Amino acid sequence: MSKHKGVWIFSEKYDLTLEMLGKGREIADRLQTKLTVIIAGYKKEEKARELIKYGVDKVYLIDDPALKRFQSEAYLSVLHNLAADYKPEILLIGSTKNGKLIAGRLATRLQTGCVPDCTGLSIDKEGRLIGERITYGGKAVAKVTFRSTPQIATIQARAFEKLQPEDREGEVIELDVKMEESKTEVLETKPLETVSLNIEEADIIISCGRGLEKKEDKALLEELAKILDGQVGNSRPLAEDRKWFTEWVGLSGRKVKPKLYIACGISGVIQHVAGIRDSKIIVAINNDPEAPIFEVADYGVVGDLYEILPALAGALRKQLQ
Amino acid sequence: MKRIIVCLKQAVDVSQLKVDPATRRVITASAPEKISDFDKNALEEAVRIREKIGEVEVYTLTVGHKDAKAVLLEALAIGADKAYFVSDPSFQDVDTSGTAYVLAEAIKKIGEFDLVLCGEASLDSFSGLVGPRLAELLNLPLIASVRRLTVEGNTVVAERTLEDAHETVKANMPTLITVTREINQPRIPAIMMIMKASKKEIVTWTATDLNIEQKKIDAKIEVIDVLAPKTERKKIMITGENSVEVAERLAKALIQEGIIGR
Repeated sequence: MSKHKGVWIFSEKYDLTLEMLGKGREIADRLQTKLTVIIAGYKKEEKARELIKYGVDKVYLIDDPALKRFQSEAYLSVLHNLAADYKPEILLIGSTKNGKLIAGRLATRLQTGCVPDCTGLSIDKEGRLIGERITYGGKAVAKVTFRSTPQIATIQARAFEKLQPEDREGEVIELDVKMEESKTEVLETKPLETVSLNIEEADIIISCGRGLEKKEDKALLEELAKILDGQVGNSRPLAEDRKWFTEWVGLSGRKVKPKLYIACGISGVIQHVAGIRDSKIIVAINNDPEAPIFEVADYGVVGDLYEILPALAGALRKQLQ
Repeated sequence: MKRIIVCLKQAVDVSQLKVDPATRRVITASAPEKISDFDKNALEEAVRIREKIGEVEVYTLTVGHKDAKAVLLEALAIGADKAYFVSDPSFQDVDTSGTAYVLAEAIKKIGEFDLVLCGEASLDSFSGLVGPRLAELLNLPLIASVRRLTVEGNTVVAERTLEDAHETVKANMPTLITVTREINQPRIPAIMMIMKASKKEIVTWTATDLNIEQKKIDAKIEVIDVLAPKTERKKIMITGENSVEVAERLAKALIQEGIIGR
C-alpha cells in the first residue's frame, strides 16, 4: 500500500461532498496525508475555491462544457485517469445511485475492492480503512476493510457532518483529462414532484404506512408537520403498492436520521426500520399492539391514528404555547 | 431469436435471520436461502419481454458454493428456459469483484446474448456493485435502477429511478440493465410450470470449466464482523383513559426530550 498516498473525495452532489470533507479531513490527518477533492463539471471554479474553507488541501478541477450534465462514463473516465496517474490511497465517493455505479465500475477498472453505503469510517492500526455499513436488511452492521488499493468506499448522505467554514490554505489545480463518450443516451429527465425531496434534511418527520386509509388523509400528518415544523413521509407500500406517492422512507428508498420520527400506521418491517435506525427519537402509533415497530420505538401508542393524530396536534398546540 | 441472461443470486432470506442476543452475531449458517428479491424482478421482466415480443430465450446464471437446486428450479418454473450454475468450493469467500468476474467468464462461455438483467442490489448484502462491475468486465452499456423497460428492435429504452428524478435512457443491445422492485410484481409459478421446470436443463460448471484464475477471485475486501446494532430504544408505552390523555402525555414526553418546541 506504500505507493498509494492521499485521501480523495468525489460526488456529483455538492452537499454530499461537503459532508465527506468533514470525515475526510479527520482521516487525512490521521494518515498524515493530503485531502483532495475532484470536481468535474462546468463553471465550477468558484465552488472549487469555496471547498478549501471546508477542509480540503487540493482540488482537482475538470471544467468542461461536456460535463454540464451528469454522465457516468465521462466522470468515470476522469476518476480512472486521475487515480491511475496519482494513485490515491483512499477514495470516498458519494453514495447516490449514480455515484455507486461510478464506484463499482472504477473499482473494477482499478482491480480493487469497494465497500458501498458506508455510514461510518475509521482507520485501523495498520492504517487500513474500515467502513461500517448496514446489511442483512437492517438487522446488522458490518465492519469491512480492504485487501487492495485504492480503498474505495461510497458514503451515505447525512452520515457525516460538514465542517464549519474557516480561512485555510489550499490550491485549485485545473486539469485537462481525456473523457470517454457515453454508451447510453439520456432522452428525458423528469424531476420528481414531491415535497419530501429533501426529507433527509428534515429534523422532524411524520410518516404514514398502510394504516392510512385514503391518500387525502395525509392531511392529518401535514397538520402535525405544520405545528412541529417537520416534513411528511411514507412507507414503501403506499408508494409501490398503492401508487399514492413516488418515494418512501426505508432501506430501498430514503434513509433518514431526524431528531424525531413519528411512525403512524407503519408496521415496521426491517427494511423500513433500517431506513430510520439513526433517528434520535422514534415514536410509533399503531392499532396493532404486536406491530414490530414498537420494538424499535422510544415511545409507543397503541391506538387508532385517526384519533391519536388530531389529539396530538391539539395537545402540542396547547403545550407549545 | 434474442437471448436474455438473468443473473440470480441465492441470497439469505433476511426476514428469517436470527440474532444471537448474547453476542449480537447474526446467525447465517442455518438461515434459509431464496432468489434475491430484485433478481426475481429481473427474471420476471425477462419472461415478460418474451411474452411480449416472442422469439426470446431466457437463461439464468447463478454463482455459488453450495447447493442451489431449489432456487434454480424456481427460476425455471417462473419461466427461464435454461439455468446455468457455476459452483466451486473456491467461491466460498468471493466478494462482488470475484462474483462479477465469474459471471463475466460464464457469460463469455454461454456466448451470444442481447441483454443481461440483474437486480439493482441483493436482498442480503445490498451492495449493488455486481451489476456495474459486470458491465465493466463485459464492456457493455449500463442502465441501472430501472423501473420500466421497453425493447424495441435492437435498442432498449429504460426509465431509471434516481434520488430526485426519473431519467429515460436509450442504449443499443447488447446492454446490461439492473432493475428495481418497482418494475413488476413477480408471478407465483403455477403447478404446471413447476412440473415442467424439472424437465428443463440445468448446466453446471466448475471453476475449472471456466478457467477461473484464483487470484482474480481472491477477496479484495475483508469482513471484520457483522453484528446486530445495539438497540437502545426506550420502548415506553404511553397509555391513558382516552386519546386526548394519551396525546397529552406523548406531547409532554416529546417536549421533555428537548427535540420539539423552542
